[in-house]
Amino acid sequence: MTEPLKVYVPRDAGALALGADKVAAEIAREAEARGLDIRLIRNGSRGLFFLEPMVEVVTEDGRLAYGPVAPEDVASLFDAGFLTGGDHPLAQGETEKIPFLARQTRLTFARCGIIDPLDPADYEAHGGLKGLRHAVMMAPEEIVETMIASGLRGRGGAGFPTGIKWKTVAEAKGEQKYIVCNADEGDSGTYSDRMIMEGDPFMLIEGMVIAGLATGATRGYVYTRSEYPHAIATMRDAIAIARRHGFLGPDILGSGHAFDMEIRMGAGAYVCGEETSLLNSLEGKRGVVRAKPPLPAHEGFLGRPTVVNNVISLATVPAILDHGPEFFRDFGVGHSHGTIPIQIAGNVKNGGLFEIAFGLTLHELVDEIGGGTRSGRPVKAVQVGGPLGAYFPRALFDTIFDYEAYTAKSGLIGHAGIVVFDDTVDMLKQARFAMEFCAIESCGKCTPCRIGSVRGVEVADKIAAGEDPEAQIALMTDLCQTMRFGSLCALGGFTPFPVLSAIEHFPDDFHPARFAEAAE
Amino acid sequence: MTAQSGAADVAVRATAIVDANAALEGPLLPILHDLQDEFGCVPEEAVPVIANRLNLSRAEVHGVVSFYPDFHHSPSGRHVLKVCRAEACQSMGGEKIADRVRSALGIDWHETTPDGAVTLEPVYCLGLCSCAPAAMLDGEVTGRLDETRLAPLLDEARR
Ligand SMILES: Cc1cc2nc3c(=O)[nH]c(=O)nc-3n(C[C@H](O)[C@H](O)[C@H](O)COP(=O)(O)O)c2cc1C
Ligand code: SF4
Ligand code: FES
Repeated sequence: MTEPLKVYVPRDAGALALGADKVAAEIAREAEARGLDIRLIRNGSRGLFFLEPMVEVVTEDGRLAYGPVAPEDVASLFDAGFLTGGDHPLAQGETEKIPFLARQTRLTFARCGIIDPLDPADYEAHGGLKGLRHAVMMAPEEIVETMIASGLRGRGGAGFPTGIKWKTVAEAKGEQKYIVCNADEGDSGTYSDRMIMEGDPFMLIEGMVIAGLATGATRGYVYTRSEYPHAIATMRDAIAIARRHGFLGPDILGSGHAFDMEIRMGAGAYVCGEETSLLNSLEGKRGVVRAKPPLPAHEGFLGRPTVVNNVISLATVPAILDHGPEFFRDFGVGHSHGTIPIQIAGNVKNGGLFEIAFGLTLHELVDEIGGGTRSGRPVKAVQVGGPLGAYFPRALFDTIFDYEAYTAKSGLIGHAGIVVFDDTVDMLKQARFAMEFCAIESCGKCTPCRIGSVRGVEVADKIAAGEDPEAQIALMTDLCQTMRFGSLCALGGFTPFPVLSAIEHFPDDFHPARFAEAAE
Repeated sequence: MTAQSGAADVAVRATAIVDANAALEGPLLPILHDLQDEFGCVPEEAVPVIANRLNLSRAEVHGVVSFYPDFHHSPSGRHVLKVCRAEACQSMGGEKIADRVRSALGIDWHETTPDGAVTLEPVYCLGLCSCAPAAMLDGEVTGRLDETRLAPLLDEARR
């Protein structure tokens, strides 16, 4: 008997948003009508969202891709014999050779989009659990040292060295310690955490278990957002499966070590991505930011020593333990080691997840890899690092992707999302939105953030109304200084980045002349 | 059903939900989510129950409910349509799409259509930023929203 032909149709929310479920149903229906024996696998996404829904088939020449597939295309795909690699206008050839993918270095996203996310055998067949198998043989200090040597910095935004954080928790005294995974991913332009939770959830679990072994923590929580129902469902299933397969629970891979975890859902507050606000939320309190010290590493969840790490930070751990710290460390530039999954989003032709060593310029990312705007109009601005990140004009497109390089340009890489805007964007409006967002999402603890942001919106409106714009721009700049230095956390403290960068790099959009013309 | 027996019924069901979660570390958010699943909102009558069982003041429970945009005391429409207002969606004309939605449904953000069919909520990113503009109807996601893709979504929402 011959094996059924494998067809992959992603279950990633991005693919679903573009109709993947309908495509999958249509493929199943068409195969049945034609009496063809297929095995439909719902994988994660490879991250090529410009080709989603991207259907893959397995042939002697490897996996071949077709996309973007609409339900109406399915019959013609069958007519063309796509199951065995038949030619079709949507044929993209061998998936791995699609330029967008071929140019990447995938360490963290090595399996995402390739495997069945909830099949532990598939996970192991593609290198899963190798990191954990190493880790259970190591002393906790050795794991911590490996992480320090890898140079991995937190991918949630602040870029703090992960190994050092673990060392602090490992050395902290406490009967019960915790690993808390920050999966709140609120930054516009980012979705890498979501992709991992939906496409390779066992890797995140594996990373959290290793963090537990390293620090002595036996309980973990994944705190994610209610906007991510698909990720939550997949993580829940994955946790149950991991328990059944013994890489979660009272006796991890027969090592005698215990670690268990659960997933918790936020409730629509962006600020709960800030680690201390997150901990309050996890405890069932208002998501108000806590003053530091004490550090969460000393007094975190329920006042106990807690590692708080981003999804990508934790998901990168198994690969580091598997390949060794030097392997990871040798990628990158300066103090930015390893690879970074950059999310190219917004008005861009080739939008998607691009994992690569640090060091690419914005020009390479936006013009070469991204292929310019989706609208076909010139690129005017790129916001890097989410709602608290600066807007970059073309003149700064030589900036390389590196923590320090962005800091030097009064920006940040944050969670590595880049959002492209064409020349129809009004930067005054974007500055106003940054303030509005801060006003909506402020936790309310500090006045500069809570009140300053509301004032910022008013000032932007006055500029737009042409009310003494020069004076208002000066006022806005002042306000930003106050927020910058008078806020407890980066929500109030960094909202000035998008605002000031808009004023500095796109003065025409704020210039009085514009309003004079408009009035004529 | 009288108002009183209604309130008593809420209290009984709320108690069951609170007790089912009581063993969790930090049970309040899971409880509030479960209450919303059960009642479509966090009923006022549930607040004293929670306060009692978790040894909190009513003010503390109210404080938590009011902090989070997801929680509310009165039920939403039969459907909840969340339209993304964040930057990546803005860059792809999300604001126009949102305007279209508001005028087609005749409601503003946070409002419910008079027939109770749909509540419109803004959302700040759905993680679909490379498929912008994006929206979510009762947990079903849609991307690359334009007039063509919007029409069936609105029909669905009005049902
Ligand atoms: C307003 C605000 C929102 C944040 N949102 C997130 C988030 O969604 N995900 C995340 O991992 N970190 C977020 N952070 C950063 C966290 O506070 C923290 O630095 C991070 O979780 C640490 O993990 P890492 O070292 O692995 O990056 C946010 C910070 C601020 C100030
Ligand atoms: S800066 Fe804003 S969000 Fe951060 S602690 Fe202060 S009020 Fe809260
Ligand atoms: S900004 Fe709209 S989905 Fe991310």
